[in-house]
Amino acid sequence: MSHHPIISPLRHTLITGDKTYHQITEDICAPAEKAPSKAWVIAFILSVVTLSFGIFCILWTIWMGIGTWDLNRTIGWGWDITNFVWWIGIGHAGTLISAILLLFRQKWRTGVNRAAEAMTIFAVMCAGLFPLIHMGRLWLAIFIFPYPNTRGPLWVNFNSPLLWDVFAISTYFTVSLLFWYTGLVPDLATLRDRSTGLRRKIYSFVSFGWTGSAKHWQRFESLSLILAGIATPLVLSVHTIVSFDFATSVIPGWHTTIFPPYFVAGAIFSGFAMVQTLMLITRKVLKLHDYITLQHIESMNKVIVLTGTMVGVAYLTELFISWYSQYPYEQFAFYNRATGIYFWSYVGMMGCNVLAPQIFWIEKYRRSITLTFFMSIFINIGMWFERFVIIVTTLARDYLPSSWSYYVPTWVEIGIYLGTFGLFFTLYLIFTRVAPVVAIAEVKSILKTSGSQYTGPANRDHFDPADVEKVTAHAHAHDDDHH
Amino acid sequence: MEGHKDVLFGLYDDEDDLIHAIQKAQKDHLDIHDVFTPFPVHGLDEVMGLSESRLHIAGFVYGALGTLTAFLFMSWVFTRDWPIIFGGKPYWSVPAFIPITFELTVLFSCVGMVITYYTVCGMGPGADNPTLHDRITDDKFCLAFNVSDSSKEEIDSLKGFLSGTGATELNIKTI
Repeated sequence: MSHHPIISPLRHTLITGDKTYHQITEDICAPAEKAPSKAWVIAFILSVVTLSFGIFCILWTIWMGIGTWDLNRTIGWGWDITNFVWWIGIGHAGTLISAILLLFRQKWRTGVNRAAEAMTIFAVMCAGLFPLIHMGRLWLAIFIFPYPNTRGPLWVNFNSPLLWDVFAISTYFTVSLLFWYTGLVPDLATLRDRSTGLRRKIYSFVSFGWTGSAKHWQRFESLSLILAGIATPLVLSVHTIVSFDFATSVIPGWHTTIFPPYFVAGAIFSGFAMVQTLMLITRKVLKLHDYITLQHIESMNKVIVLTGTMVGVAYLTELFISWYSQYPYEQFAFYNRATGIYFWSYVGMMGCNVLAPQIFWIEKYRRSITLTFFMSIFINIGMWFERFVIIVTTLARDYLPSSWSYYVPTWVEIGIYLGTFGLFFTLYLIFTRVAPVVAIAEVKSILKTSGSQYTGPANRDHFDPADVEKVTAHAHAHDDDHH
Repeated sequence: MEGHKDVLFGLYDDEDDLIHAIQKAQKDHLDIHDVFTPFPVHGLDEVMGLSESRLHIAGFVYGALGTLTAFLFMSWVFTRDWPIIFGGKPYWSVPAFIPITFELTVLFSCVGMVITYYTVCGMGPGADNPTLHDRITDDKFCLAFNVSDSSKEEIDSLKGFLSGTGATELNIKTI
């Protein structure tokens, strides 16, 4: 049988190393099938230690009370809500990559979507922790759900953005988890079919009896597409609703209509930065250079420079509107952010989020791995500062100068924040050991259109002009079907 | 459940070989039992003449159910069960119900669709569906015929068809 594949010198290469289907399986399954490397073991121990300290700090908070944090009457939200918004923002990249990029048919998504979705789920878990423990009395957390109770029943306030948050985040977590796991099932079946004994039993159980039947694949694609369609507005809604926590209040600097788009752009920005940090480490440690290529890194850097600039425009718009409003409290809020007691956080925010990413307009820098790594850390720091500026700086200087205050976190607050890193990395490291970090089936499905043996200028000599006619004729036939 | 089946299957190394084999099988009026692939092969459902999945209809129905559940429940709570005035707004403050209504629409639609998907595919935690070959989830493309009631001649002619269309491995398995 001689069906030579169609060679396109113009298409970008997304899988390097002239892979065959079997090599893809071997390469991606390898990390989950081999004994863990020394680097993994060290990283895992560090993560678990950090997580344990975080758990200790959470228990300390619950046992001793919320007074172990340095919050006060003026500054009622500090590191807790800053960290919450930061983590939930990071948790936006995964579903964005899987859902929105699926709808836009961006093929580079296949190399990074699996790990990014996992990152989303773990980041949302870290985020969800903070609203729960900042309630102080964790055992009453069930009160946030509308369930029939003996207090009337007294229902929750459905008009409150804080309750909308409960619904938004629990829905986002559930949908992301189902989306991720549904995509994982065929790849878990691959691991199942490669293993024996107890491992095979376990992977059999978790791969849900996947057979690879054509009808199942057809339904699978249909399901993925619709889930992507409904997850897209969901991603946008989550940070919109988080921004409502602030925007529906009457605090100068918070009460602005720009908050929803500004928060969503910031969330995508920080989420992609975290994906870059993780992907650069993952591809190096797990030797996945052929699947997470410079092309992927560059594509993500393009998203970063776009969203970073959107965030910058939002910052400037806020400044302009506060001046234009001629409302002294609003003007003071922004003057205070830039020049007040917390000016350093404003400088950090502007520098890391707006100025630094601008270097990504230059292709050479977009394709530099070292630079991308440092830039991704910068952006993570900058986006943390943004939330700190919005929350703490604003609260510290309210309407009454007599109640102005200052806030520094205690060791307990810092410990809980570190603990969420421990949780995040512990879960991520376990994930790299038990499941394929790259979506095997999806990568195989783009091999013939994006593999290095079929694409790129290097293959110009193998290009057959007759293929153009074949493809065009096929496309026309499809057009006729539709008309 | 139905009884055991004898399945004759051929493994192809390339999805294009598989598609051509299916097209030839249809031309020869052979009754294909099923086709198994390691990844979703573009255009395979069209070639096989599979009818379009109706999951999206289910998704819409679940979504609509979520919309109604959220909106009607909140309306009932704030107008009938325990009316409270928040910030001087009317009891039935519809714009404030939109975010939760939206979230529940998405939640019901997604959870409902995923459950429906696994149910109609006969999959689920611990489900143990028989597989024909371990390489199907790796790099082999499988075309299978049901030969439970076939004579030896029919089986031989199917074998000839499979190897003639480029199958690199043939086997019969009882599932």
